[in-house]
Amino acid sequence: MTDTSHGLIVDPIQVGLAAGWKVIDAATLTDNLNIEADVAIIGTGAGGGVTAEILTLAGLKVVLIEEGALKSSKDFKMREAQAYPNLYQESGARKTKDKAINILQGRTVGGSTTINWTSSFRTPTGTLSHWQKHYGLKDYTPEAMAPWFAMMEQRLNVIVWETPPNENNDLLKRGADSLKIPTAAIRRNVKGCWNLGYCGMGCPTNAKQSMLVTTIPSALAGGATLITHARADTLQINKDTVDGLHCHALDASGLTLTGKSVTIKAKHYVVSGGAVNSPALLMRSKAPDPNGLLGKRTFLHPTVISAGLFAQEVNGFAGAPQTIYSDHFMDTQAIDGPIGYKLEAPPLHPVLFSTTMAGFGESHATMMKQFNHTQAILALMRDGFSEESIGGTVQLRDDGYPVLDYTMSDAMWDGVKRALLTMAEIQFAAGAKTVYPIHEMATGYTTWESAKQAIETLPYKPSLTRVVSAHVMGGCPMSDDTKLGVVSSTGAYHGLTNVSVHDGSIFPTSIGANPQLSIYGITARLASGLAEKLTGKPAPKLGAPA
Amino acid sequence: MQVSRRSFLKVGLFGAITLAAAGGLYRALKSPTPLNRFALDGEARLALTAIVGAMLHGAIPATSAATEQAIAHTLEGIAGLPLATQKEIQDLFGLLTLGPARRFLAGVPDDWAAAKREDVIAFLQSWRLHRFMMLQSAYHALHDLIIGGWYADESTWAAINYPGPIKELS
Repeated sequence: MTDTSHGLIVDPIQVGLAAGWKVIDAATLTDNLNIEADVAIIGTGAGGGVTAEILTLAGLKVVLIEEGALKSSKDFKMREAQAYPNLYQESGARKTKDKAINILQGRTVGGSTTINWTSSFRTPTGTLSHWQKHYGLKDYTPEAMAPWFAMMEQRLNVIVWETPPNENNDLLKRGADSLKIPTAAIRRNVKGCWNLGYCGMGCPTNAKQSMLVTTIPSALAGGATLITHARADTLQINKDTVDGLHCHALDASGLTLTGKSVTIKAKHYVVSGGAVNSPALLMRSKAPDPNGLLGKRTFLHPTVISAGLFAQEVNGFAGAPQTIYSDHFMDTQAIDGPIGYKLEAPPLHPVLFSTTMAGFGESHATMMKQFNHTQAILALMRDGFSEESIGGTVQLRDDGYPVLDYTMSDAMWDGVKRALLTMAEIQFAAGAKTVYPIHEMATGYTTWESAKQAIETLPYKPSLTRVVSAHVMGGCPMSDDTKLGVVSSTGAYHGLTNVSVHDGSIFPTSIGANPQLSIYGITARLASGLAEKLTGKPAPKLGAPA
Repeated sequence: MQVSRRSFLKVGLFGAITLAAAGGLYRALKSPTPLNRFALDGEARLALTAIVGAMLHGAIPATSAATEQAIAHTLEGIAGLPLATQKEIQDLFGLLTLGPARRFLAGVPDDWAAAKREDVIAFLQSWRLHRFMMLQSAYHALHDLIIGGWYADESTWAAINYPGPIKELS
């Protein structure tokens, strides 16, 4: 690897820009910009990226709007100090209204796909069944969805990862094995991956098949226009039709408005800003919402963490970040019963790790000195399936900026407690010397018995238990029944003739798995339907990457 | 720690009133302005200096250069946040630098320049577990900004046995 110079890595974005792609950085505008297109797509993440490629290949003139900047492999230096402010919403510190849950979402071209950890799961069958039963989504059977997942798996090179897991993941497997808890390998959307471990800071080798290096370059090569540093403010609604999209230009820092605007006039508008931002745009636009559903039922997969200290080196910063998972605690109970949780290992880097570890001063410094011997497991909670699990609500501040109000229910806290118990038991079974459940009133425990006793008696409250989220879903729920959803099963917004929503915000519940492949597969289907509607011709099929 | 925590809880109600009054006073003194970037003025710098010393105790060398470095990285972290969040942090420092709030809400008797480390540690510990969510979230903001900023810096990586990303690509 040492003989490979950076110059050998081709940056497809730089190549495309040199070839004359139409990319406008709104930060540089000296006048207001007006642009016309067949379709305006708001957001360039999983939903916007897939939609852009399909509609462009269908022969439509597409404009993509992105709030973040266009960054590419030449910028991805695997340093958290640069990655979080440049590539994440609110510098990686977006919080729920009560500031108790930290939310990781991308804000860059490619959206969260540029900074996710490559974990690829089809939508679980149980989730699709729940949607069919409760949201009337009868077309969303595993059989009907399979060709769409297969198409996107091929397009994005979702593969079985043959390289052995790193120690951080392997400890999850070994601990679970010894407790007879089944685990399996996570598939990844990578091609020629170097196994570096820095997916969360933007892939420096373009191995990750994110939207940034796949669908968006394809759309731009096909004539689409990309406008960066443009924050979609309002859809201008005239009766039941949108006749313009108004955006604010942001400066290069992404923090302040320049005062210039971008206005797009299109025949059709696709909202793909992701959960939180998509419902917020529609709320600011006063989109029809007769049943008060917009922004409600926003889900997070609330996630809790347990750290284990091992005698051997773990080096959780090195190697593919997520390669092992267990759905045992999803599969062994009813989907609408006690909260189920999925177990995975998170990558460990200094900023993410040090801010996650509770406490300060001497005790914190002592944990940090063991950074390379520390392993971590996370449990993500499946929210939105029981009557009690209603998710959060997107609200608009006075300045129109969204904030998510999310309350952890008692049932969710019960899941948190069970998950912390499970993770500690697995870590001790794997040989941990000390286990730290991430909770402000916990400490390091050196035996399973002492950890168990503590976890069972800790108070479970916001800000005391560290809860994070990397998967925001819902807020624009999908159902053909207008009492249950604001978009139809085809993605069309109820009550507007020329607006669709294509992103994770349309999910009526959480997914119960890392959501990227769910968004790819479902929006590929929606975008193909939209392409056929707009062109009157069969939609193009996406193939494998070149 | 126990004693100061108890005495802190005893002033809890008074503290809450002080907080409300101080916050109101602070807002009243400030004319409504558009959102600005966070700025660390003299008294706030003294507060942050004291807090950095307690938050990073055990990790940070006892030199003024190291403290300056920690403060600089905290400010870099703040500079990347939305302006509305920067204003919240500005308000937090506005509050901490009001004498009564420092004394009764943070429980730090001396001026920040003279604050004893054990008093600052007790202050952080009490906000960390405080029954007012607002103070808890203020603790978390300080925790994440100061500690995250410190470990974002390559010069701190050797101490935690982190080799950093491969040189060829970084």
